[in-house]
Amino acid sequence: MNQLNEFFRQLLFLPTQASQWSRELDYLHYFVFVTAMLGAWTTLATATVFVFRYRRKTAEQSTPIVDPKPIHEVVFIGLPLVLFLAYFAVGYPQYVRLQTPPKGAMDVYVQGKKWMWKFAFPGGPNSTDVLRVPAGRPVRLLLTSRDVIHSFYVPALRMKQDALPGRYTQIWFNADRPGRYPIFCAEYCGLGHSSMLGELVVMPAEEWDVWMEQQRRGSQPLAQDGQPTAAEEPDLRGSLVDQGRRIAAVQGCFKCHTVDGTQHIGPTWLDLSGRTVKLEGGKTVVADEAYLTRSMMEPNAEIVAGYKDKAVMPTYQGKLSAPDAAAITEFIKSLRTDAPTAEPQKGPIYVPVTGK
Amino acid sequence: MSPSPASSPAYNTPNYLNAEKGVRSWLTTLDHKRIGVMYLALTLFGFFLGGVFALLIRIELLTPGPTVMDAMTYNRMFTLHGVIMIFLFMIPAIPGIFGNFFIPLMIGAQDVAFPRINLLSVYLYLLGAAIAVWGMIQGGTDTGWTFYTPYSTTTVTTVAPVLLGAFILGMGSIVTGLNFIVTVHTMRAPGVTWMRLPLFVWAMYATSVIQVLATPVLGMTLLLVAFEKVFGFGIFDPARGGDPILFQHLFWFYSHPAVYIMILPAMGVVSEVVQSAARKNMFGYKAVAFSSLGIAFVGFFVWGHHLFTSGQSTFASGVFGVLSMFVGLFTAIKVFNWTATLYQGAIQVSAPFVYFMGFLYFLIFGGLTGIALSTVSLDVHWQDTYFVVAHFHFIMVGGTIMAFLAGLHYWWPKMFGKMYSERWALAASVLVMVGFNATFIPQFLLGNMGMPRRYYSYPEQFQALNVASTAGASLLGFGFFLILFYLVASLAKGRASGPNPWFSRGYEWNTPSPPNLLNFPETPVIDRGPHEYQDGPAAEVKHAH
Repeated sequence: MNQLNEFFRQLLFLPTQASQWSRELDYLHYFVFVTAMLGAWTTLATATVFVFRYRRKTAEQSTPIVDPKPIHEVVFIGLPLVLFLAYFAVGYPQYVRLQTPPKGAMDVYVQGKKWMWKFAFPGGPNSTDVLRVPAGRPVRLLLTSRDVIHSFYVPALRMKQDALPGRYTQIWFNADRPGRYPIFCAEYCGLGHSSMLGELVVMPAEEWDVWMEQQRRGSQPLAQDGQPTAAEEPDLRGSLVDQGRRIAAVQGCFKCHTVDGTQHIGPTWLDLSGRTVKLEGGKTVVADEAYLTRSMMEPNAEIVAGYKDKAVMPTYQGKLSAPDAAAITEFIKSLRTDAPTAEPQKGPIYVPVTGK
Repeated sequence: MSPSPASSPAYNTPNYLNAEKGVRSWLTTLDHKRIGVMYLALTLFGFFLGGVFALLIRIELLTPGPTVMDAMTYNRMFTLHGVIMIFLFMIPAIPGIFGNFFIPLMIGAQDVAFPRINLLSVYLYLLGAAIAVWGMIQGGTDTGWTFYTPYSTTTVTTVAPVLLGAFILGMGSIVTGLNFIVTVHTMRAPGVTWMRLPLFVWAMYATSVIQVLATPVLGMTLLLVAFEKVFGFGIFDPARGGDPILFQHLFWFYSHPAVYIMILPAMGVVSEVVQSAARKNMFGYKAVAFSSLGIAFVGFFVWGHHLFTSGQSTFASGVFGVLSMFVGLFTAIKVFNWTATLYQGAIQVSAPFVYFMGFLYFLIFGGLTGIALSTVSLDVHWQDTYFVVAHFHFIMVGGTIMAFLAGLHYWWPKMFGKMYSERWALAASVLVMVGFNATFIPQFLLGNMGMPRRYYSYPEQFQALNVASTAGASLLGFGFFLILFYLVASLAKGRASGPNPWFSRGYEWNTPSPPNLLNFPETPVIDRGPHEYQDGPAAEVKHAH
């Protein structure tokens, strides 16, 4: 059974199955695939046999009138009808189950906005783009959007739900396989639609409990985002520049700002510090520490010329502590084309889930 | 059988192409055949434009990151591709070209019921197309052809001109539908009973009913969006007290039936082609005729299958899901009857027939993936992914365009009196079908992997299949150019086809090819069903050679 599942999953290029629901959905998928293929190729093979069997012999050959008996049309209607209704009889209850969260599911609020996902556990903490959930426990997502319609999609869970502005929708899942799974936005939402990526981190339940405990105790009160991975673990011995790079990555700054001079949603950070910046409205300002910090806290106060239509940056007031803002400022200051070492970082490169 | 044999002296008048000369005579013509030819030129230009944008999209998707354009340009490209292909080609092409040209010939009428309104529809098409394309290029519309609110009402790009263009194109669609309904009801020649109506006419009749009933809803919806965008009314934008899902309901109430406006005429075309190529009357004529009406009817009650993941009620999703399967059922009836028509036939494997076989293959897989999508739960994974993109391209390109090509090759000699090179035609058909499979089969797999549609960039694991798809698309594009090339060449150098090169007994072949300006010098009286080949060569056809 397991091997059969694995065979079809790979044959159809399906991603890992991270929940029981996704496994059952795939079983229906295989059943539909096999029966549909049989039906299709039987019909096409019949047509092909007729083509070879009944080739035209003379240009104006006559042929008999063949009209169907009622039984023919009954079979033509009955066979597909039975098959289609069988699909539906399995598929619809699956759908109903997905729409009906069990009692006692843990709630997580999900907010889509151009172009990021924000998650909030009712008792804290909040995070951006990274959602950590315990394996084996049902989670109910309550989705909404701050601007246009987005759609929360986790291929590994075979699960998708639109996030609508002005109302909440819900869906639930019970991920049982620890791992890191991509989150996509499936509803077209503009410039950053395809970079509105997130990650679902399914942790063994005990580990998640410990993590949550730490979060709630406030041992790391400043971490508003998903926990840094081992590679991103804060190294307090590191320079402010290194800390700034890490914090900027965790806060999702690189979704809009590049560090290599490339134009993106927001102005690039390369050579930004100390430059005289032209603002919307004709004024200019020198990009010193004060300006950089102000831009993090009140992004719409002074908009760089040409970015009026793209002014989508949220405020980081209350999300960045003073030391964090300082670290990011130092990091921006380090980004210079004339700096002795080339800057290898190229923005938020998405790390795909390893293994199929 | 008394339509005059095509070679009778009564037909010694100039054909419709030569009867009048000059550009002015074309621009002011009321002749349904010339209007059909004008639609051919216009919609093919639309197809060319839409195809160029499709290739640009495929080139951009060659690499995971930016390839040749920025995200904004990409978003505009897929909007242009969708709007142009749907409103300027898929919806008007077969009704505008073949419907106009052949409905009167098939029912023994001199013209459609309202020739002036028919000419008006051409100008509505031109005006709407000009406004929509100009508006999109000038204003850089980036909403996708679905115009989902509140994105479309809050985007910084210009949307109103496209909506106005689509509104005007919709008017053209409505008057064409109305014209065909009245024509079929009132202008059938003696002997053309409803049960002898060629199946193409049945399919066009069903299509026209949808056009007349559904298109006004599109008009209203577009007006509401325009009001919201221009005057700031809160209809769909929740920030102003509106409901964004209401837009999706109204939009799909038109746009799902519109899918059947695109595929039903195609089903009509292949019904004619398969009967002629197999020299057989349709197996289950009534089943095929009435299933067209069935699709037209049920098609109005399935729009909610676009909203399975939108948060609509679970019960509603179930009802829409099961009703959607009935569309598949009616389609299956047609597929089985077309296949059974080959039984005991006398099949000539020519270009039109090859396209018929391609159509059958693509429609079966396009249809079955549609059934899979309407099993509700599976759609949760596939909604808004490349699986859906591949599914509707199988129906639209694999179904409608294969049927369009089948019809174009079958009726080319009828319309222009010239034969194209059969060898080139077969080569191009192979190219088109291989290219099509290579383009869209990888997209099914991308959808299974979970790649959402309208993605400018994508994670690296999706690259291999995207490259395969782009390779297929270039093959497909090359195939289409080849077809254009040999068809145009045949107009200049092709040999004369004679009145009936296929020895077909469809009613439209009872006139010379190309037909005269006046279709029938004397009112034809029909005394047999279309495509009955049981009694040896028909007298009039034999006479013609």
